[in-house]
Amino acid sequence: MIEFQKATVQAGEFVLKNVSIRIEQGEYGVLMGPTGCGKTTLLEAAVGLRAVASGRVLAGGIDVTRLKPSARQIGYVPQDGALFSAMTVAEHLAFPLRIRRMKRAEIQRRVDDLADLLGISGLLDRRPRGLSGGERQRTALGRALSFRPKALLLDEPLSALDEETRERMYNVLKRVQKVEQAAVLHVTHSSSEAAALADRVFHLKNGKAAEVERTGDAL
Amino acid sequence: MRGLRRGADIPFFAAFIALSGSYALLIIGMLAADLSFASASDLAKAFQSREIRYSIALSLVSCTVSALLSMLAAVPAGYLLSRFQFRGKSLAEGLFDIPIALPPLVVGVSLLILFQTPPGDFLEKITAGAARYTGFNSLMRWIGAPEVKGVAYETPAVVLAQFTVAAAFAVRAMRVSFDQIDPRQEQVALTLGCGRGQAFFRVALPQARPGLLAAFTLAWARSMGEFGPVLVFAGATRMKTEVLPTTVFLELSVGNLEAAVSVSFVMIAAAFLALWLARSIGQAHD
Repeated sequence: MIEFQKATVQAGEFVLKNVSIRIEQGEYGVLMGPTGCGKTTLLEAAVGLRAVASGRVLAGGIDVTRLKPSARQIGYVPQDGALFSAMTVAEHLAFPLRIRRMKRAEIQRRVDDLADLLGISGLLDRRPRGLSGGERQRTALGRALSFRPKALLLDEPLSALDEETRERMYNVLKRVQKVEQAAVLHVTHSSSEAAALADRVFHLKNGKAAEVERTGDAL
Repeated sequence: MRGLRRGADIPFFAAFIALSGSYALLIIGMLAADLSFASASDLAKAFQSREIRYSIALSLVSCTVSALLSMLAAVPAGYLLSRFQFRGKSLAEGLFDIPIALPPLVVGVSLLILFQTPPGDFLEKITAGAARYTGFNSLMRWIGAPEVKGVAYETPAVVLAQFTVAAAFAVRAMRVSFDQIDPRQEQVALTLGCGRGQAFFRVALPQARPGLLAAFTLAWARSMGEFGPVLVFAGATRMKTEVLPTTVFLELSVGNLEAAVSVSFVMIAAAFLALWLARSIGQAHD
């Protein structure tokens, strides 16, 4: 699970105040809000790239508010994917496991399983430069999932994709959620993404105060 | 609608091409003059001189060592300046620019004075001791090079004088290189379990390869041309601290213009080779 308990985050001049969101294991949460309302800031605070001024962030039931990003065990896919340009797709998937010094055979098995799940088995030797938008997002998703995080945070993962690719990615994301059983928090401003994917929908409003609504109310 | 007339841009292009072209002409003119002045026999004669051969060898070795040392300083400095905000950052930026802005002779004089102080004296002794007891001096004797008995007026002074200026250029180059790499990738690496060091060595550094090469080449070429600080801090002793710019200066001062131009040729060739290498490896990487 991933939970924000009255989290206050400062980013430059604007402040997110007392944000409370809770997503259970295996649940797909979609956080909506207009551009610039602080959605990205909230995700950055969750993974430890930004300080939480007050309140708490919990991942898998553990308070991670003061932990380093590397110790939080939260999978993160930033908006542009931020793939490592010097690595192949296979190296991306293996990267977090190599850092954790897992055995070579185990890494290989996990890479193969993930590539299969994400439909990128044919791309394992390719570098980011030669990938399409959808392929890049699948790779970034695989990299964030490979170490079996308790929570998976996706920052507008589908915003740069064309309509057809987006539809296909809905299926990929649903499949991933079913197989990996992580708590997913997906940030977007698209209500069709929320309708297609969400178990629960949250709204972030006017930067300063965050208001949270349950599904039915929001859509 | 006067500005939209056909040909309205002609004065602009004429002026810009004329101005940049005259500078290009100056460069071509210099090279052509060198070419017309020196003959193949002058060049062969220069190469027959033991002193000049020593100076070529010392230049090649000292430039490579000082360029490597420059990278050791420039990679961390460039990375810190590019990625982090800290108190006194603009001061640090200014500090690394000082060797670029200082007159070369002043760099030499400052180094000389530094090695008169107690810490400098300590470094002199450490260097002399290390050269003696690590077998470095035996190696130097074996290859027919002068032994190292300290820093000032010895071969280490050549390297240190070159390094002082070259590293400042390398710091600038590495900073620009890291600025061009999206810090997002290192941030993602942190969330994937990396410490700062792992994120740097596994994610940032592999992407900075073209920048590393550019900074190294720049530092090497700067070192090759360094004259003022080398002259003041290392002296101009033949078969000891004489590098190529010193040779040109020494030959000119005794009126041997042919030898001076011949040695200049060696430096021009080295500069072209460095530029060509940097470009071709850079393109291969793209």
